[in-house]
Amino acid sequence: MLPKELLGTLQEQIAKAEQPRELAVDIMLALQRHFGHLSDEALEEGARLLGMTPLELEELATFYDFIYRKPVGKFVIHVCDGVVCWMNGYDRVVDYLCEKLEIQVGETTEDGLFTLLPTACIGYCDLSPAMLVNGRPYGPLTPEKIDDILNKLRTESPPVRMAR
Amino acid sequence: MYPQVLFQNRKPNRIATIDEYRQSGGYQALAMALQKYSPKEVQQIVVDANLQGRGGAGFPAGLKWKSVADNFPFPRYIVSNIDEYEPGTFKDRVMTHTDPHMIIEGMIIAGYAVLALEGIIFVRPSYESSAVIFERELKIAREAGYLGKNILGSNFSFDIVVHRSGGRYICGEGTAQINAIQGKRPHPVQSPVRSTERGLWDKPTVLNNMETLVNVPHIVRHGPEWFKGLAKTKTGSGTKLYCVSGKVNRPGCYELPMGTSLREIIEEHGGGLPAGSEFKTCLPGGASTCYLQKQFYDVQMDFDSVKKAGNRLGTGAVIVFDHKTCLVGATLNLIEFFVRESCGWCTPCREGLPFIRDLLWRIEQGEGREDYIPILRRMSAHLWKSYCAFAPGAVSPLESLLDYFQDEVREHISQRKCPFKA
Repeated sequence: MLPKELLGTLQEQIAKAEQPRELAVDIMLALQRHFGHLSDEALEEGARLLGMTPLELEELATFYDFIYRKPVGKFVIHVCDGVVCWMNGYDRVVDYLCEKLEIQVGETTEDGLFTLLPTACIGYCDLSPAMLVNGRPYGPLTPEKIDDILNKLRTESPPVRMAR
Repeated sequence: MYPQVLFQNRKPNRIATIDEYRQSGGYQALAMALQKYSPKEVQQIVVDANLQGRGGAGFPAGLKWKSVADNFPFPRYIVSNIDEYEPGTFKDRVMTHTDPHMIIEGMIIAGYAVLALEGIIFVRPSYESSAVIFERELKIAREAGYLGKNILGSNFSFDIVVHRSGGRYICGEGTAQINAIQGKRPHPVQSPVRSTERGLWDKPTVLNNMETLVNVPHIVRHGPEWFKGLAKTKTGSGTKLYCVSGKVNRPGCYELPMGTSLREIIEEHGGGLPAGSEFKTCLPGGASTCYLQKQFYDVQMDFDSVKKAGNRLGTGAVIVFDHKTCLVGATLNLIEFFVRESCGWCTPCREGLPFIRDLLWRIEQGEGREDYIPILRRMSAHLWKSYCAFAPGAVSPLESLLDYFQDEVREHISQRKCPFKA
């Protein structure tokens, strides 16, 4: 199921680890980058690689908020709803994003481009209100800036999954 | 302008290189430590310098290192994180993007002090750029002979790896972080044995905040007395990376003497409040500290002085609220954060926080009742019976809201609406 090259890289990584399961998050992130999200199939594959049961890996997958167990868009927008962003206009930012993307929080746009998720403080309080798109921070956000970011992302190719 | 120690190589838009760090004296402390001092002597220097852990508790770093006893087994580990999920806190991110080799050198010396084999830097997903920086700079440090076997020709061998996290605030709790690194579900563990005796892989493990570690090379090079002299207060030592955010003109991270007054931090460095805004209160050390009473506006921001004011310095992340910001709304936001970030392991935290959220939500919506106030107090008291420090931290803003800003809560109840909303 996994391309040979990716399988090889992951196996090599695991071979170097003290204990395979310490790489659980790395493996889940790598599978997620490849498949777009951590599907049941990917989870089982990951568990096999790590020598864990799918349930053991599921216990971790559902704990972490940057592991996506459901399909997500090409760009995952994590809007910070920490107290500093709340104070500086989180409501306006999230309403504007919903309006522009024509989705509710937690949903993905019909064209499969954007998923909108609320997120605990992302540590960019000096750029508040802030958001992450595929791991990349943006802020302080204004309607104009959001338009600009969305337009750029729409024309961006190839797809970028989690900034590296 | 105060002397810049940790930010001495700070540049507007880029990271200091290893050469720039070396030109400023970087990696001299490591050579000194390995050639001149025994690990015990390094520990003692840091004890004498009164380096208080910068992660929030302020526990002396040297004493923590000393608690790794001679007869404890090997291999030993040092763990530090760039995880800072504490709302308002972003100093470790700024430090990483300023001078990563200062962090690396600090971690190597800490490793030497407890004879560790490996250091682990735990990075949250929203700081992916920090993880990338570390991987790149660690390789450079390795090639320069600062990491790996027989560092600088000594008998000491040590390396550092980056561990990527999948998110979640609770991973900042020490025992949860150890679980996370081992690929276990990251909930806190209560153990009669400290992690300095039995931590990662059941081996002695020292957890130090990143800001704590960056101070170490400077202490080794310039000595404890110099370090203590950097602070404004007798009770503090060194400098502190204060984060200022919220209703200020220049939110940012500033290196100032430990014990700088809150007023100075907000007005001079944070640029004061925007025109038309008046200071109402602040959280002086991140989301799990208490709202500060206005009478303590001049408090000297070190661990002891803030404690005397009935509060906690925490991470030194000052979140400023102005007179137009509703504190019931702010507290509701904070409690919602804690509800979501609770690991769910123990009952008071898992069940208590949502209960509190519902009551606060009703008050904010104008559906509150007088008797909610004593219920909120009782619930907050229950949360102190939880498994780890998460829940007592979570209710700190709420308890201080009820203690110092009860009028604002009552206004919501009597007016049957949020008085801050049109």
